[in-house]
Amino acid sequence: MDLLNALVAFANFVLIPATAYGAQLALGALGVTLIYGILRFSNFAHGDTMAFGTMVTILVTWWLQSMGVTLGPLPTALLALPAGIAATAALLLATDRMVYRFYRQQRAKPVILVIVSMGVMFILNGLVRFIIGPDDQRFADGERFIVSAGTFRQMTGLAEGLAIRTTQGITIVTALIVVAALFWFLTYTRTGKSMRAFSDNEDLALLSGINPERVVAITWVIVAVLATVAGVLYGLDKTFKPFTYFQLLLPIFAAAIVGGLGSPLGAIAGGFLIAFSEVTVTYAWKKVLTYLAPEGLEPEGLVQLLSTDYKFAVSFVILVIVLLFRPTGLFRGKSV
Amino acid sequence: MTRRDMALFALVALLILGTGFVQSWNSALFILNYGLISAIMALGVNMQWGYAGLFNVGVMGFVALGGLGAVLVSMPPVGEAWAAGGLRMVGALALGLGVIIGAIVLWRRAPAGRWRGLAMVGWLVAGFFAFRAVFDPAVQAIEAVNPAATGYLGGLGLPVLLGWPVGAVLAAGAAWVIGKTALGLRSDYLAIATLGIAEIVIAVLKNEDWLSRGVKNVIGVPRPVPYEVDLQADPGFVAQAEALGLDAVTASTLVVKLAYTGLFAVVLIALIWLSQKALNSPWGRMMRAIRDNEVAAEAMGKDVKARHLQVFILGSAICGLAGAMMVTYDSQLTPSSYQPLRFTFLVWVMVIVGGSGNNWGAVLGGFLIWFLWVQVEPLGAFLMQLLTSGMAEESGLRAHLMESVAHMRLLTMGVILLLVLRFSPRGLIPER
Repeated sequence: MDLLNALVAFANFVLIPATAYGAQLALGALGVTLIYGILRFSNFAHGDTMAFGTMVTILVTWWLQSMGVTLGPLPTALLALPAGIAATAALLLATDRMVYRFYRQQRAKPVILVIVSMGVMFILNGLVRFIIGPDDQRFADGERFIVSAGTFRQMTGLAEGLAIRTTQGITIVTALIVVAALFWFLTYTRTGKSMRAFSDNEDLALLSGINPERVVAITWVIVAVLATVAGVLYGLDKTFKPFTYFQLLLPIFAAAIVGGLGSPLGAIAGGFLIAFSEVTVTYAWKKVLTYLAPEGLEPEGLVQLLSTDYKFAVSFVILVIVLLFRPTGLFRGKSV
Repeated sequence: MTRRDMALFALVALLILGTGFVQSWNSALFILNYGLISAIMALGVNMQWGYAGLFNVGVMGFVALGGLGAVLVSMPPVGEAWAAGGLRMVGALALGLGVIIGAIVLWRRAPAGRWRGLAMVGWLVAGFFAFRAVFDPAVQAIEAVNPAATGYLGGLGLPVLLGWPVGAVLAAGAAWVIGKTALGLRSDYLAIATLGIAEIVIAVLKNEDWLSRGVKNVIGVPRPVPYEVDLQADPGFVAQAEALGLDAVTASTLVVKLAYTGLFAVVLIALIWLSQKALNSPWGRMMRAIRDNEVAAEAMGKDVKARHLQVFILGSAICGLAGAMMVTYDSQLTPSSYQPLRFTFLVWVMVIVGGSGNNWGAVLGGFLIWFLWVQVEPLGAFLMQLLTSGMAEESGLRAHLMESVAHMRLLTMGVILLLVLRFSPRGLIPER
């Protein structure tokens, strides 16, 4: 029985990775949920938008690195992030102008817009692969650890190490800043209020003189920020591969639906719920349980509920349970 | 069919014939055979989307399940593996099913309240561990049997043609489960649910080695048509080929492909006939009425949810059938080759471009888009060659552009889809 070591092992392998992953999912889900609230369709191109923003950021990062510019202990990608956001915002605004606006004016059914977003997904997917290729790209540089396992062991004298990677720290801090800024914007600014009004009741908002095109444009810009930040953080934390970003669509949508589509608070809660479930169910608990179990009763197997290859199954099961018992999500999103 | 539709089909036929003359007859037949399979998939999706307005983005999963059906029926059984853990595996699967049914019964019968939820969670957790306790040793025993060559239970050793309906039934079963959960909710929810189930099906095929050999792939699925080597060894066949002025090797590959073409064409024609009959029957009119106005149809006493479930299962079964045919044609099941862009979204492009709600449109879209999907790559390479011919031979940009040509097809498909949706949203052969 060794409670302290068990706790450290738990924090190292479950708590910290899941928090970082949850923050990334929450940012992605916020983008999906905002588009759903304002533009009223599920955007299937969101994963590829994230990939596009990350790709631009990576390219600028490489350019900066080649010029000898770095951020010291922090990854250079943070310096390149604004460029990625700007490019993504320009791309999304252009897409809206060329593709989505037509259907908005036609007042097309939401499902038509979903199919249109499928076409956009194809194009973005092809574009990203065309420019950067389908392979893995690593672009994290700077200090690798805030606290490395070795230092932690020396400091505390415990058998278990606790490692906090720089990317995990940055993920959590950045996500906090972005989410706080978003909520401040939505709650207190005039534009943010008009966005919420537009989301709640489109006709009434139009009647009170809110310019719909402006609301939509601002939404796309915010989505560009959220998607690029989420994508870059995920890429820094793990690795950038276009196909992985496409696959992120499932957990991101699961997070947004579980929280309640259209509800920003729900998207954050959903993101963390999905991330924690994925990590706890696919983590091999042997180490933690060995510390916890009484002498002689240590588990023999890995005590892994599901292999990591089934992580999609976890988000799916949660999604199905929520759909069965609370179809509008935990935070009572809207249902069109 | 109007004269315009005929002209469109003639155009596709010309494109395929042109491939035969310009490239080779082998590649023309390859496009034709896969076009037949794609047309069947498009028919299935058209049934769901065009007849009933159901948005299924899990086509890949149903196609893969169909392929699994073909493997499970046609591969020879591995006796040793069955002896090692076959019965235990069957027991484990029965136990898993029992746990789920038990949970449903518990939920329906027990009085509502906090205790019901707790009891069900307890039942499911206990059931999960009991299942794993029986399941894991069976998996280990089966996968330990000669992992390089088998390592799985094998199939039933029956003719592969029997696997086609079995594949359809497997896909239909999955569709039933999904439909029961997600139909009746909003349309996007069905989309996400099908997207999820497709990923899970592929994950199962990749990881459950005892079932499908996982990423080690099942190769050498028995064929319903003769093998090339047998034809080449047959003196009568060689003599006939020479009389036609062909060498025996080319002739044998062509004959095998043509035999497949015949088989697939029979299936496609039967399916078109059936779906045309269905579309023009009272049932088809009812489906379209439900699609166009659910509330009105419900007021007329139609059971919307049951009809949706029905058509969802039918469409998925057709996708499963196409999947089984594809595995038969390839003679192998390679789980890692199932990509959503290729198997789900491409089929959607086929349906939308061809004309949703029209069976002929879906078939036309299947052939046309498949042709483009195959030919955009050489065409793009040619164009890129032309565009970059002015650049220096060793230019890095040129090398990169030439290397990236392979991804042109995604871009092209996206552009085609958007253009059709914008300027001809009813497709090439619209519903009438």
